[in-house]
Amino acid sequence: MTTETTEAAMALSAEQRQGLLRQMILIRTFEEAILREYHADKGPGFDIGKGLIPGEMHLAAGQEPVAAGICAHLEQGDGLTAAHRPHHLAIAKGMNLRSLTGEIFGRESGLGRGRGGHMHLFDPSIHFSCSGIVAEGFPPALGQAFAFRNAGTNNIAVTVAGEGAANAGAFHESLNLAALWKLPVIFVIEDNDWGISVPRSSSTSVPSNAVRAAGYGIPGVRIEGNDVEAVYAAAAEAVARARAGEGPSLIEVHTLRLLGHFEGDAQGYRTDLATVPGEDPIPVYRQKLLDAGAVTEAEVAAMEDEARAQVEDAVEHAKNSPTPNPAEALKYVFVEGASS
Amino acid sequence: MSATTENTTAARTSLPLEPPAGTRRLNTAKALQEAIGSQMEQDPSVFVMGEDVGAYGGIFSSTTGLLEKFGPERIIDTPISESAFIGLGIGAAVEGMRPIVELMFVDFFGVCMDQIYNHMAKIHYESGGNVRVPMVLMTAVGGGYSDGAQHSQALWGTFAHLPGMKVVIPSNPYDAKGLMTAAIRSDDPVVYMFHKGVMGLAWMAKNKRSIGAVPEEDYEVPLGKAKVVREGTDVSIVTLSLSVHHSLDVAEKLADEGISVEVLDLRSLVPLDRETIIATASKTGKVIVVDEDYQSFGLSGEIAATIAEHSPTLLTHFSRVCMPDTPIPYAQELEYAVLPTATRIEAAVRKAVAA
Repeated sequence: MTTETTEAAMALSAEQRQGLLRQMILIRTFEEAILREYHADKGPGFDIGKGLIPGEMHLAAGQEPVAAGICAHLEQGDGLTAAHRPHHLAIAKGMNLRSLTGEIFGRESGLGRGRGGHMHLFDPSIHFSCSGIVAEGFPPALGQAFAFRNAGTNNIAVTVAGEGAANAGAFHESLNLAALWKLPVIFVIEDNDWGISVPRSSSTSVPSNAVRAAGYGIPGVRIEGNDVEAVYAAAAEAVARARAGEGPSLIEVHTLRLLGHFEGDAQGYRTDLATVPGEDPIPVYRQKLLDAGAVTEAEVAAMEDEARAQVEDAVEHAKNSPTPNPAEALKYVFVEGASS
Repeated sequence: MSATTENTTAARTSLPLEPPAGTRRLNTAKALQEAIGSQMEQDPSVFVMGEDVGAYGGIFSSTTGLLEKFGPERIIDTPISESAFIGLGIGAAVEGMRPIVELMFVDFFGVCMDQIYNHMAKIHYESGGNVRVPMVLMTAVGGGYSDGAQHSQALWGTFAHLPGMKVVIPSNPYDAKGLMTAAIRSDDPVVYMFHKGVMGLAWMAKNKRSIGAVPEEDYEVPLGKAKVVREGTDVSIVTLSLSVHHSLDVAEKLADEGISVEVLDLRSLVPLDRETIIATASKTGKVIVVDEDYQSFGLSGEIAATIAEHSPTLLTHFSRVCMPDTPIPYAQELEYAVLPTATRIEAAVRKAVAA
């Protein structure tokens, strides 16, 4: 973090700070509800295919500062490609909670009418997509940026993935191409220290992925501390640069994975849990704003109530939505005609 | 079905490969270039991207002359970064453009297969029909010129096996233009595979049918419609791409001996025109599949299954002339031992007729 960006963060108004807190509270409230519903009926042991929400579930508790800090700068028309852990980014980008929840529950009301699932969320109204394959969400973001520039808008594309993705070929190909063509793309790495069970120190040759940006001649910044305002400040610079046609940037945020890689992950490999679990960024930020007089206890309580109401509405809506018709399982393979 | 005198006469006359279209003749490469250029003129959202598609004009001349016409903003050379630029095409298509992306050899697709089968092919389905990916991914296929195991494969069965993308393979200039026009206009992702041996390239052994009449105006050859390129009554050859020409050569030769061969050009594997396959099988009762792709678990098995599922007793003969399950060898003597050559096809037809 440069002094300049720290000052930019300091210049946030109380209203902007409340906005960041509100966003993080909404995300956490949503994911707590998903956590609850996911485990509600998984059987006496743990059966991944059982319950109202079947399949793998990757929650982002602890990583909210990335979503809130970056997306605070994005417009509806900007693109965002996320990875397999996408809910925090989807919500911060402005995804309709009912559509998101419907898809997670595999209902007809979901974004993909139950054909995508929680790792495959596509919402063209907010130019949002995600990929369940590590690092492979980067390349399509280049195309979004290319199309926006071609159309003469000043929209930009942001692409987010974990630190494990920064060792994959698609990441490096994408950085090179984006830099070469000065595409309006922002690459965001969420470094939560763990690629499933493998610590970053065992997978990555450099202590910071931000330095890799230099290899492609673009700015790279690493943010320590999981601080939403620091993310906000770094994103402000990168977004301005991209909108001005000056090309891509890389932002790495040292963040925190409070839960397992997936729900059901016992984390037997994680040696740091007892000693250094890190600090949950939401209570930390709430306390900071309370101390600064930027928000009152009553206002925080109101944010929490409002988030709970929104989330419960979405969950109820999903539960009450019809399941997809099995006779239509082949529908949407193609736009035109069938494959047989 | 027994051959009538009338049918025998018909079998001696090869059907035209294309409708009457004046006197202008193009090779397949030029027909392709014309389709792309014409669609680019009409639709500003169409652009071409890939390795050596600009000044070089495409390694197999798929884009020759387009850079001069449309400039580097729309005919775009890329780094050798297949995941990045194919993914770029996907993102651009999702945002409303119509990219034509070339990756020069199908053999190279392994380095970026994720973008193709997990992203390009699946986004429409995963989104419940809310997101379209109208892009064309084109590439060269096929062997016969000693380019070895990593530059000679057909592999169309691989792409046809993976749901969500259409797979189109022309055999001649007329179809090449009409199928490319339809592919660019399609709202679905299309993998468009042209065989180097049908392009009419100056530096490669030329097939006589790689140059043919091509109308100047735009037209579409619909995706998913096979074509009976030669009518016959004794045996059916179901095939595609360069093998269509080998099969026609054999059919013409054997016609002099009174053997009547019907040749079906599939033109696309996805969609597959099962109706026309069943029709030719019903007509002759004897089917040979000629396929330059690997034999096991591929197109030839699919054709057999299609016919058997329609009627297990329809055929009195079924055989395959395919690439055996081996990497494609380099030495000419070895390569031509495994390719579906006219010699192998002729032997198969004689065996079928005698059976």
